[in-house]
Amino acid sequence: MNPVGVDIRHVALSFGATQVLKDISVSVEPGEFFALLGPSGSGKSTLLRLIAGFNQHQAGEVLIGGRDVTGTPPWKRDVGMVFQNYALWPHMTVEQNVAFGLEERRLPRAQVREKVAAALDLVGLAGYGARRPGQLSGGQQQRVAIARTLAIEPQVLLLDEPLSNLDAKLRVQTRQELVKLQRRLGITTIFVTHDQIEALTTCHRVAVMDDGVIQQVGTPMELFDFPVNRFVAQFVGSVNLFAGRFEREGGALRFASEKLGRVALPAGVEPPAGEFDLAFRPHAVSVVDAAGPEALSLRGAVENAEFLGEFLRYEIRVGEGLVIADIPHARGRAPIEPGTAISLAVPASELRFVAA
Amino acid sequence: MRTHPGIVAIALAIAAFLVAFLVIPVVAVVYTAFSDGQGGFTLAHFAAFNEISLMRESFANSLYVAGMTVGLGTLIAVPLAYLTVRFQFRGAILVQTLGVLPLVMPAFVGAAAMQLLFGRSGSVNLILKDAFGVTLPLMEGLNGVIFVETLHYFPFILLNLSAALANIDSSMEEAAQNLGASGWRLFRKVVFPLAMPGYVAGASLVFIKVFDDLGTPLVLNVTNMLAPQAYLRVTSIGLEDPIGYVICVILVAFSIGAMGGSWWFVKRRDYALVSRGGVQAPKRRLTPWQALLAYGWIVGMLLLVLSPHLGILLLSISKVWSFTVLPEQLTLAHYATVFTESKQMIWNTFLYCGLAALLDVALGTAIAYIVLRTKLPGRQLLDHLVTIALAMPGLVLGIGYLRTFKGVELPFGGGALTASWVIFVLAYAVRRLPYALRSCMAALTQVHPALEEAAENLGAGRWNTIRRVVIPLMMGGILAGFVTSFITAAAEISETILLTSRESMAPMSYGIYLYFQSVLGRGPGAALGVIAVALVAFGTYVSHRLVAARSPHQSGGGQ
Repeated sequence: MNPVGVDIRHVALSFGATQVLKDISVSVEPGEFFALLGPSGSGKSTLLRLIAGFNQHQAGEVLIGGRDVTGTPPWKRDVGMVFQNYALWPHMTVEQNVAFGLEERRLPRAQVREKVAAALDLVGLAGYGARRPGQLSGGQQQRVAIARTLAIEPQVLLLDEPLSNLDAKLRVQTRQELVKLQRRLGITTIFVTHDQIEALTTCHRVAVMDDGVIQQVGTPMELFDFPVNRFVAQFVGSVNLFAGRFEREGGALRFASEKLGRVALPAGVEPPAGEFDLAFRPHAVSVVDAAGPEALSLRGAVENAEFLGEFLRYEIRVGEGLVIADIPHARGRAPIEPGTAISLAVPASELRFVAA
Repeated sequence: MRTHPGIVAIALAIAAFLVAFLVIPVVAVVYTAFSDGQGGFTLAHFAAFNEISLMRESFANSLYVAGMTVGLGTLIAVPLAYLTVRFQFRGAILVQTLGVLPLVMPAFVGAAAMQLLFGRSGSVNLILKDAFGVTLPLMEGLNGVIFVETLHYFPFILLNLSAALANIDSSMEEAAQNLGASGWRLFRKVVFPLAMPGYVAGASLVFIKVFDDLGTPLVLNVTNMLAPQAYLRVTSIGLEDPIGYVICVILVAFSIGAMGGSWWFVKRRDYALVSRGGVQAPKRRLTPWQALLAYGWIVGMLLLVLSPHLGILLLSISKVWSFTVLPEQLTLAHYATVFTESKQMIWNTFLYCGLAALLDVALGTAIAYIVLRTKLPGRQLLDHLVTIALAMPGLVLGIGYLRTFKGVELPFGGGALTASWVIFVLAYAVRRLPYALRSCMAALTQVHPALEEAAENLGAGRWNTIRRVVIPLMMGGILAGFVTSFITAAAEISETILLTSRESMAPMSYGIYLYFQSVLGRGPGAALGVIAVALVAFGTYVSHRLVAARSPHQSGGGQ
């Protein structure tokens, strides 16, 4: 089956007086592994459930494979959803669970059996068919849920926080298996998560959502390197963010902020007009004897150091603000003592100006 | 820590009480059914039972009536439960009313009113005959028993099923919809099977209650069923007739079977997964046609369920009511009659049920404390013993008492135990003990042990801790247990009919039954019935209030 795309056009949805989705527009390409990433309450699960048909939008349209599905009930949509709690029916065996959707489609018995076996095989659970869900581990239950959904060969696969009920180690392994499975089947997949690592490691593209609005859509690297606003910068990865104004004094460009005070910006940096925050990643900061003209130069005193193995995370008091710097650790090197005054440099290429 | 000798003594006393007034009477009944009279084992009585065609017929009839009641009750309860739990809909309060109304009136009290409303020359059939020239045999023979019992007992299915439906995580249904199921198939393949434990619990309870019921068939003059036969054999042929005991063994076997079966059914399947996540399904909207159908169904049911209540009320204030749609002359004379003739019975009800309920909460509190708060070896046995009472039909316990305590004299010249009012208190208390115990246990579970430890830490001994901390904190549950015991005892009829040896000693429920035996007594019987219903309704209300009030101030020290 050829993969299909999902088009969300100007969708709005309210529960009573609460606006949960506000003019959402996003296109998921055929065969794409697409993530909806956001904190709880951002509307990501609502959007997913809307695609599945469990929520009704009040404005806009939802197209699956070019066909408007507005008003189509969930049972006629042919989008497979894997639920956060797996939603395996305890009164049925694994086999009966997986066969359910095929039976609803009135497939002949022999074909049902064949497809159930194939689906269980796909997720590595051949031979588990006669068990009941309660007799399986959390990871196995999740794989049954995936097999049950894939068995009907849906046009689109929806995953609602599929990893959140697994323990940390299993989560990484399952994440990788999901990616392999998706690449192999090439099925258009939409993945809801609040965990940025999950989204960045698995998906082709990610939509970052907050407050019922899509903040930014892009590849994981685009989101990390070029966040468009303060929310995306903070939600994807960790970041140093300082609100302030740009001042031009003669030829020199300065950044005046309440926290950092006035700092000179390196040559060649062209800030956009208007109110923007200065942003840079902790790993872009280095400790130097003296910063060159091509880098942002900051001076401060170490307040706190956390040893995280691969690197040390320093909190450095600069003016009124705290700058976080992740400094790679080399074997045997002693941490910088709290209270030590140091110079920091951030290369001009790592500076971002993001909208508030 | 060693268990306090006082506690050991109390536990032993409770065990002795349960053995004397629960275990021995039941064992006596079973023993008699299998005994050849010389101490040997025999199945001859069962063979004799099987020889009598009336017995075979009664057995089949009892099964048929209980089965039909479960079936019809299911038909009424399932749509109501599904509607309220899954759809947006204003009738929820109506359905809740439907669920409680029948329970406040003993089935046998309603039976007389139903006869007048739905009987051969009852209101409904008079109207039907006038309009269409047909009558419906709603109250003929077994139909009447089924009709009355269905309207009385379907709430057990409704309440259990509603609770089970409400507990199903919404994703369970959504997953099925997502895979292509909808409407009836969704209900049949996913929703109903998931609610099955609740349904089975309710349905098995209804089956037992109907199978064991004595009062309703007797009031409707249906005797070809098991419970009435046992009663008739014991009262007409005598306590020595083994057939009555054979019937008792059958009743007990079915009770235990149904209870055990439902327990096994729920246990067998792992339903723990069902409520994970704990999100209740969003309620769906009804289309106008569906809404019309839903409201029609509910209003129709409400009218049916209300009919015995209205009937009994009308009957109690009507001078004459026969062969007319509604009574033609109203009077309050029946109430006057009741208050002069039956004052003693009303007083007896308060006395017996009050003492029985008091005994229940005392035993319940003690057992709850021993089971939950001490390490006394074998303490669970007390709990299990009490559970036996749940499966014992009133009829069986009544016959057991008559057999076991025949010739036992009360101390201090009180006369024969079986002829004294004390036997009512004992019989009522034993059969209501499971309810009181649940209530007390629930209350004690909510009291955090740290509250007791704090008292002990401040120097209170064990008894003072119980008296000043544990019991005050349990009070809500104890009171609710008292009220439940009291009202269910007041509405009891099986044991009552059996144990009443003199009219002066009888409680109200017997009085109602007695009045209903004659046409002239129907008015006063109904008046007494209205008083009983008012009493039970008031008690139910009080117990609901107590349960509701108990939750907030119990939070102290909880985790």
